[in-house]
Amino acid sequence: MPPTRPIRVVLAKVGLDGHDRGIQVVARALRDAGMEVIYTGLWQTPDAVVRAVEDEDADVVGVSLLSGAHTTLVPVLIDGLRAKGLGRVQVIVGGIIPAGDVPALLALGVAKVFTPGAGLTEIAQFIRGAVERSRGAGGPSPTPARAP
Amino acid sequence: MVTDAKLTAREACEQAVEAAPERDTSLTTISGASVEPVYVPDEPTERYERDSGYPGQYPFTRGIHANMYRGRLWTMRQFAGFGTPEETNARFHFLLEKGQTGLSTAFDLPTLMGLDSDHPNSLGEVGRLGVAVDTVADFERLYAGINLGDVSVSMTINAPAAIILAFYLATAHRQGVAWSKLRGTLQNDILKEYHAQNEFVYPPRESVRLVIDTIEFCTREVPQFNPVSISGYHIREAGSTAAEELAFTLVDGFHYVEETLKRGLAVDDFVPRLSFFFNAHSDFFEEIAKYRAARRIWARHLRERYGAREPRSGALRFHAQTSGVSLQAQQPEVNVVRVAYQALAAVLGGCQSLHTNSRDETLSLPTEEAVTIALRTQQVLAFETGVVNSVDPLGGSYQVEAMTDRMEAEAEEIFAEIARGGGVIRSIEGGYFRRRIAESAFRFQSEVDAGRKLLVGVNAFVEPEELKIPTLEIDYEIERKQKANLARVKSQRDAAAVAAALDRVRRTAASEENIMPALVHAAESHVSLGEMVAAMAEVFGRYQPGV
Repeated sequence: MPPTRPIRVVLAKVGLDGHDRGIQVVARALRDAGMEVIYTGLWQTPDAVVRAVEDEDADVVGVSLLSGAHTTLVPVLIDGLRAKGLGRVQVIVGGIIPAGDVPALLALGVAKVFTPGAGLTEIAQFIRGAVERSRGAGGPSPTPARAP
Repeated sequence: MVTDAKLTAREACEQAVEAAPERDTSLTTISGASVEPVYVPDEPTERYERDSGYPGQYPFTRGIHANMYRGRLWTMRQFAGFGTPEETNARFHFLLEKGQTGLSTAFDLPTLMGLDSDHPNSLGEVGRLGVAVDTVADFERLYAGINLGDVSVSMTINAPAAIILAFYLATAHRQGVAWSKLRGTLQNDILKEYHAQNEFVYPPRESVRLVIDTIEFCTREVPQFNPVSISGYHIREAGSTAAEELAFTLVDGFHYVEETLKRGLAVDDFVPRLSFFFNAHSDFFEEIAKYRAARRIWARHLRERYGAREPRSGALRFHAQTSGVSLQAQQPEVNVVRVAYQALAAVLGGCQSLHTNSRDETLSLPTEEAVTIALRTQQVLAFETGVVNSVDPLGGSYQVEAMTDRMEAEAEEIFAEIARGGGVIRSIEGGYFRRRIAESAFRFQSEVDAGRKLLVGVNAFVEPEELKIPTLEIDYEIERKQKANLARVKSQRDAAAVAAALDRVRRTAASEENIMPALVHAAESHVSLGEMVAAMAEVFGRYQPGV
């Protein structure tokens, strides 16, 4: 199996809520799982998150919202990623997301929604699987590329 | 000598219990047996007298009132607020008609962060988690038809708390209510925002100056009002241990006391109006030990370090709220059981007021049905379980006393560590609090992941098919309505008066004068919250924590 570059994950708190316990715990768990994690901190706008994803050449972006603003802000984020040609980046949403809102988020292109109670191992495994599938499908290329 | 002192303290307790009025209700067991108001050892030891003592007496370990809930139950104060000021006002009238005597106001995130509803970063957040307030006109609508002299108002706001207080004072003035009649509580605890909740605007020193301005101003002008509710709740929710919640909260309290003393106020003049807000988490005995230790530590430090002499100065009053973070999305009905045990711990720990969370808060804002069950949980505790008939019923339990002692010792170790780090502000700037909290949060989550800590429905007794419960839907029209209200106020006000008022806010912020008169003047000139916050930011700067 060719060596691949580590999975790069941008994590961000989008909107105004400051509940960062979950995202900080997830950031540490993903680092422990061997991923490169860039946590952009609090109060990010969707535009700022798109810039971070572009600058960091991320495979995955995880946004956390506990305020209910996901219905407004996640569509803006997805549109922003697509406008920059970053549609292959896996978008993960975490926080207080009512079950009724999940199908609409998935239909928009969100890869997965994690709500309270999700396990750290479960989150890391999901990300690994999603990135492998995406790379296999010609997503962000594994580097350095070598002949088999 | 020792015997006399023992008799005196004990007799004083007995006399206080005798003299205290009791509620007009049966205080016997369900079988009709009588229950003593306070149980004490037959032969109190010196250690008992020193560390536990008697309820209503220093060091208040066993409670701040001699007969506690026999005289008056805790206040069942459920936090509410949503949408526009008109919608929250309608809810307030509904609650008052149901016999509630105090109001608790939740503000939306833009307001909490010091932004107006028309700010680009407010998009999607206006009126979502609380009521949107931009100018004093919104405040007048929020409390329309409610005499602020008759009702105590609790306001959960921190970074722009001084501005919200100015809106409140201006509204009272407009209603013709004297400030000396106002009763209520402002959360106004900025230090825990840096540790945990992240709703700050200015750097720590400048933010604390605003808190001290409100304490000083209220001590002189609004003497029945509680200007600060020193909060551990959010620290715990962010992942701290119980001892860290206790120690960080009290060390913040000490910092406010020290900074207020520098203004020349006497400790006994302002300390009785400081109140506290703690979490009620799931570990039953640990929580009870935490509340008991909190009272003992506060009383001791106030007397020994700050020279408080009035008996009430060291009596720590606290509000408790059950733990939001302990609620689970899986099998959400089970949350009702968690909340009930947590509420029982808060009551056995001697809280003065209590908010019980709703079962659905891990899914969305609570529905009316869920809020009702949460309130009923408190009513069952108060009227059916009999736990209210004696003060501190767990006092004297070997386990609870040992855990209380250990909690105090652990808190003292943390105080010493913070002092070695140069005090509260230096420890914030160095990331001490955030680091410790993140470490504790991660440790707990790792234990859950490894199955060493079991959570029902999450990593044990998992159900394949999840129960569905109804959740609250929010109306998106609110943001449009609130922006239209603000645009109307901005177009109708006197622009020159607004500019002059903002200039006065800037000048006062840059001086050592108390900011409150300038903020009240700005409120009365229809300056918006976001404009006042921005004007002070020109002087104070804005704070970005290290990640």
